[in-house]
Parts: sequence; structure tokens; C-alpha cells
Amino acid sequence: MLVARSVSKQAFARNLRTISAWSAVPAGPPDPILGITEAFKADKDPRKINLGVGAYRDENGKPYVLPSVKAAEEKIMAAKLDKEYLPITGFAEYTKLAAKLAYGEDSSVITNNLVAATQSISGTGALRVGAAFLARHYPHAKTIYLPTPSWGNHTPIFRDSGIEVKGYRYFDKKTVGLDFAGLKEDLRAAPEKSIVLLHACAHNPTGVDPTPEQWKEISDIVKERQLFPFFDMAYQGFASGDTVRDAFALRHFVKEGHQVALAQSFAKNMGLYGERVGLFSLTTSSPEEKARVDSQIKIIVRPLYSNPPLHGARIAGTILGDAALNQQWLGEVKGMADRIISMREVLYNTLQNDLKTPGEWSHIKSQIGMFSFTGLQAPQAKALAEKAHIYMTMDGRISMAGLNSGNINYFAEGVDAAVRGNL
Amino acid sequence: MPIRSYPLPSVETWQNVPQAPPDSIFKLTAAYKADSTPNKINVGVGAYRDDNNKPWVLPVVKKATEILLNDPALDHEYLPITGLPEYTAAAARLILGPDSPAIKEGRVASVQTISGTGANHLGALFLSRFYEFNGAPTINLSNPTWANHHAIFKNVGITPVEYPYYDPQTIALAFEPLIMHLTAAPERSVLLLHACAHNPTGVDPTEEQWAKIADTMLEKGHYAFFDCAYQGFASGDLEKDAAAVRYFVSRKVPLLVCQSFAKNAGLYGERVGALHIIGTTKEQADRIKSQLSVLQRAEISNPPSHGARLVSLILNTPELFEEWKRDIKTMAHRIIDMRQQLYNILTNELHTPGKWNHITDQIGMFSFTGLNAEQSKAMVDKAHIYLTTNGRISMAGLNSKNIRYFAECMDKAVRGTL
Repeated sequence: MLVARSVSKQAFARNLRTISAWSAVPAGPPDPILGITEAFKADKDPRKINLGVGAYRDENGKPYVLPSVKAAEEKIMAAKLDKEYLPITGFAEYTKLAAKLAYGEDSSVITNNLVAATQSISGTGALRVGAAFLARHYPHAKTIYLPTPSWGNHTPIFRDSGIEVKGYRYFDKKTVGLDFAGLKEDLRAAPEKSIVLLHACAHNPTGVDPTPEQWKEISDIVKERQLFPFFDMAYQGFASGDTVRDAFALRHFVKEGHQVALAQSFAKNMGLYGERVGLFSLTTSSPEEKARVDSQIKIIVRPLYSNPPLHGARIAGTILGDAALNQQWLGEVKGMADRIISMREVLYNTLQNDLKTPGEWSHIKSQIGMFSFTGLQAPQAKALAEKAHIYMTMDGRISMAGLNSGNINYFAEGVDAAVRGNL
Repeated sequence: MPIRSYPLPSVETWQNVPQAPPDSIFKLTAAYKADSTPNKINVGVGAYRDDNNKPWVLPVVKKATEILLNDPALDHEYLPITGLPEYTAAAARLILGPDSPAIKEGRVASVQTISGTGANHLGALFLSRFYEFNGAPTINLSNPTWANHHAIFKNVGITPVEYPYYDPQTIALAFEPLIMHLTAAPERSVLLLHACAHNPTGVDPTEEQWAKIADTMLEKGHYAFFDCAYQGFASGDLEKDAAAVRYFVSRKVPLLVCQSFAKNAGLYGERVGALHIIGTTKEQADRIKSQLSVLQRAEISNPPSHGARLVSLILNTPELFEEWKRDIKTMAHRIIDMRQQLYNILTNELHTPGKWNHITDQIGMFSFTGLNAEQSKAMVDKAHIYLTTNGRISMAGLNSKNIRYFAECMDKAVRGTL
């Protein structure tokens, strides 16, 4: 039994210095998005609504475990698989199928086996590995242009990887729509070969997406300036209800000959949030190049976390690899997307026609995906949390999935009061 | 529609990406898999195998999985950034002891990580941001250590420096040189220590040696970066294997500890780990945790759910915890049995030249056999026995069916007659 011994005077004096190893560590700020859920959890009011984090909720406000996911889990249980380490780049069956889902099985990069991919810790992990890869191996720039605004976590992810973060105009507050002229101007003004982040569909946080025609123009400019496109696709299938339609921008770029990077997530479209299922991929120009890139991706992953988690990738792989389950899953994704679209309709009607809330509200219907940029300002968002127990991020972003027939009227009335200054 | 012709993006974008060498351990396994020889043996990678050379999903894990999957309230929602609270709290109690003053005083900042690698990385990253290094950021790593330690620290801008650890002459701890290194190192140096079952040597300090190491570290104001990947697996006893860490906590050596449930719960691919950083006050631990949260958010957002739920169930349910302890003993005792058998065959049956008691003295999954690079290579090439060139074997790769063949080949390798 080890016993403490007496410590010399000298050691004691040194102890005093070492006692303060962390005395200078400042308190870190609460996360602006995930911190909202913490505040919501602590709230005891029965009317409370959480519209903060982008997690789907069903008609009863409950988390929704997709039936196809449950079926896949049962299949996996019955197979009595082991828990051995996955390869560094993950479950091979899964990575192949996930890439196929994104790029399309007829895409030249798929049929010619030119996609270098790694299973990642959901979308965040894909972005992080991608950022590290670009910081190390992209020869032409160490700057990325993000749309203004973008998902809050994009900035620290890229900055921590050693990539400078700049912005291009995206959201027009006046029209509550896309500032397309500003976007084009800023991309044209960016130094040649800069890296540009593009939300493949269902832009987060605004819900404002370019039209297919606008995407084609963006592709032309990206070509013109030789910009490097890094797609973030966290909502494939979730935006329109159709996985093919939601991948249009990515697939158009690839068809146009761009080399791209892609961060993919199955958090929302398979409801696998906490299982952390994602994919980072790069299109390459030859199998030999793919092999080199692949080897360097492994070098990045190994000192971060060695290899990715099993469970979620097995579920996703099972669904994508089974025709019947895959069909079932596509139907369930459409179901989620449809419910959100119907909530948009109801909210718009309630504000515009029932409550006649001052302001223009058609953006609620025209925006796409899980989020809506309501147009509410930070003080109003704060008041809604404190007075009405309605939680959203301070930029006025709401997760439509948090609304249902049981709470939508209360929410609309809260928004109405906030806009009128009556909260 | 006018035909536009803009220059296509350079297909030379990735032209200069160099081919990286394959990970040496995985390479060995790949070679083993490709080998069609029937009596081939893989003693390379450190994953437990049962007596039939099969991966072993612990019975308690199977039970916990059933419970989890039959829970109607189970969903796949995001965990908090720092992980499943019931899991991290139980993990802290497991390594630090349920009566640990550090826990009682709220001084432990715990974060769920992607197994041991993730904990090492996050701990290293935290140090790189917040530790006041005495000069350039360096980490003192044992010579030898797990290869990935070097890459993990280099990756966050901390330069590895080696401290003497293993004496190939005695096939034991190079204790005096180790202490001399600690004493000569600049004040407030950071030292990575293996809590138990040193990887790759299997050589652990004795109680007295740990005490002397702690003395020296306190004198010099050094920081202890503990890596604990084998709690329970080393001796078969969870408490015993945590003794060094708990002792250092009681001596108030500033420290953090990385924890992995890959081996002791057989959860390898589920990636279940934790990082615990001990502060001097609760308020300080809260600040540390808030910064770990910021770092974690920018890399993975939040950790994977499934494996942590399993471990949480096991640690927090008394009957499951007891069953887990029995499963751990099953694994540890099979390995200890293999050590004894190998020692016995070499020493008493084959009379292999040399002394072989290090095989039974060493602890945990690995053994540094004492075979040199040439002999190790001969084992691979001639005998189809796959081990790393440093002579390290994973004892878990041995079983009642192959141990005789292994011993005979090792005997020949030593004699030069393979």
C-alpha cells in the first residue's frame, strides 16, 4: 500500500508554484447553439419550446428513431458481430455507399473509383479532417471563404486547423433572401485558388438556398477564379425530401470538372445524431493519386482518434446496403421533410393571416430545410427565452422541427408579441 | 446558350501529396491476413483473443447491449459536448477511486473522448494551449512507448523527448537513469507515464519506484500525463492497477489521466474513453472543463453515444459491475496463464538459452521477449509468426493450441536455427 511521505521544504515551495498549473485558464464561453439546450433543460415551465439545436422532433415533440434505423439495429444485433477496431478510414462498406449516395452511382468519380474517403465523426469530424488535410496539403491557399452567416462552428473548426477564415456575402437582411449579386462579387474578388465553403443544400442558419440556375452561375465563377469548393452537406434528403434533388449542386460541380472536398453527415437524415456518422471525401484525378491522398488522410486521423466508432456506421451501412431498408429509409426522410414543410405553411398562415403580425413572413415558406431565419433580433430572442420560455439561437434562427400542432400557436403568439414589443 | 471555356481547376491540385508509409502495426496484420499458412500466428496487434483465437465480446457487454436495445426510451440524440454525464462520473470514480478526495472536492474535469487516442490527443491539445511550458513545449516519453504517442504530441506542436525506461540488458526498468533524467529535466516538465501494463514492454515500476518517481516529480514541479489503457487488465484487479494514479493524486502531483475501455471492456471499435484533468479547486476544474468543451466542439462537437451508454450501464449497475470484474479476470488470467506456460516450456522443456523470467515478470497484454530485430524478422519470414521488430508480442495472440509451436519457433530463433 503506497503511503504519502513527508515533503521537504524545497519541494513544498515548488509545490506552491505547481499548484497553479491551471490558475490562468479562463472560463470558456457556453456554446451558442448547444448552450441553448442546456438552458432549455434547466427551464421548468411546461410551455417551454426548444427551437435551438437542429434535431428533428416528431408531431409530439419527441425525438424520432427512424423505423429503418430500428430495423437495422435489430439486424445488427442478430448478426452477433464483434467489436474489433475499424480500419483508420472506417467501415469500408459504409464509406463506399455513403459516397455513392452523395455523388450518385453514375457519377464518373464513383464509376472510376476516384473518391478518397474516410468515415468521420459526423459532419463536424469530416470538416475537421478536411480542414487539417487542406491546411497541410492544399498548395495554393490557406484561406477559406464562408458564407455570411454560416454555421457558427465552421469558424473555430477551420481556424483551429490553421486556415484563415473570411466571408462572402450570402444573406440579404432586407429581402430575407439570397444576396446573389453580393455573393458573385465577393467570389470574383477572392484571390485565385482560394478555398470556398458551400452549403450543398438547406443552408444553415438561413434556410436560403441558391436556385439550380444560380448554382450553375456559381460553378462558372468558381471555375473562372479556380476556387476550391468544399461542400458541407448535412441535410441530404432533409431539404426537399429527395436525396437526388438535394445533391444537385454537388453533382453539378463534379460534372463540370471541379475537384471538390465534401463533408457529409447522417446525423439528421438518419436521425443518428449522437452516434456520430459522417464522411469526409475528396475527388482525385487518378487511382494513383487517390492512393496517395488516402494514405495522407490516415496520417491525419491516426493521431486524433485512431479509428472511428462502429455502431452508427454499421447502422448506416446496413440501411444503405439493403434495397428494402434503403427504400424504407428514403420514405422516412421524406416524411420528416414533409412535416417540416407543413409546419412552415402553418406558421406562415398563422402569422400572416390569423395574427396579422407586422412584417413580411413569406420567407418562412420559401426557406428550406430544418432552419428558418425568422428575422428576430437578439434582444427579441433573449426576451422570448426569458419571458415566453421559447428557446432559439441569438441570431433568430429557429429549428422548424421543434414545432408541432401542439405548440405552434403558442410559438406564433410569442413571435407576434416579440415583434410588437409586448413580451 | 453561349459555350464558355474557362480553364478547368488544376488537376495538379493533389499532385504533390506524398505517399505516406502505412501504419506499421496495421501493416503487420495485413501481412498476417494475406498469409495462407495454416499454423500462422498473429502476436502483433494488442487486441484480446480467446483460447480459440477469436475476438471476445464480453458476456457483460452482451447483457448490457440487450438491456440498452430493449429500452423503449433509447434514442440517438446528441450527447452533451463533454459526453454522457453518468458515464464520465463513473469513469472518474473507477480510476480515481470512489472515495477520492479529488472527486469529493469537485476538482476533476472529466470529458468523454474517442477512446484512449482521443483522450491523449485532447489532453495534449489542452496542454499546448494552456500549460506554461518551461521553454519550448516538450513532452517526455518513455523509451520505448506506444508509437502513436509521438505522433499525437507532434501533431499539436509539442516535441517528444525520450526518457530512459527499458534496459535491454536486464530486460527490466532502467530505474536509476529514469530518475536521473527526471532530475536533470527543466522544472515543470511534462512526463507521460503509463499507469499500468506499460506498452510495449510490460515492465511496470514497483510501489517503491513509483514513490521515488513521485518524490522527484514534486521536487521538480513536473506534471504527470498518465495514460491508462489497461486498468484491470494488467493484474486482473481494477483497484491494484489504479494504485499508481491514485497514489500520485494523494501526493498532489499535478496530473491528468487518459482512460480507455477498449481493452478492459473489449469495446475497441466503439471508441470509449475519457480524459480527467485534476485541478486544485472546484472553480479551477470548472474552468478547465469549459475550455475542454470549447476544444472538443471544434473537433467532434460531441462524442459517440453507444459505447458510453454500455459502459455507463456496466459501471453504474452493481450486478453488471461485478460481472464485468469477472470477465476482466477471465481475460487477465488467461494471459497470465500463457505467460507461465511459455516460461515453463522455454525454461524447463526446451532449455532455451538465456533467462526467461521476464516473461512472467512483465505485466499486461504485451511482452518484450528479448528477441532482436533479426530474430523477430526470422519469426515472421520463416515461422509465419507475426510480431513487431522490437521483439514485442501480444500475449493474447497465444493460446493452448499454438503455444507449443510458438515456443519451439522462439527457441529456434534464439539458437539461430529457424
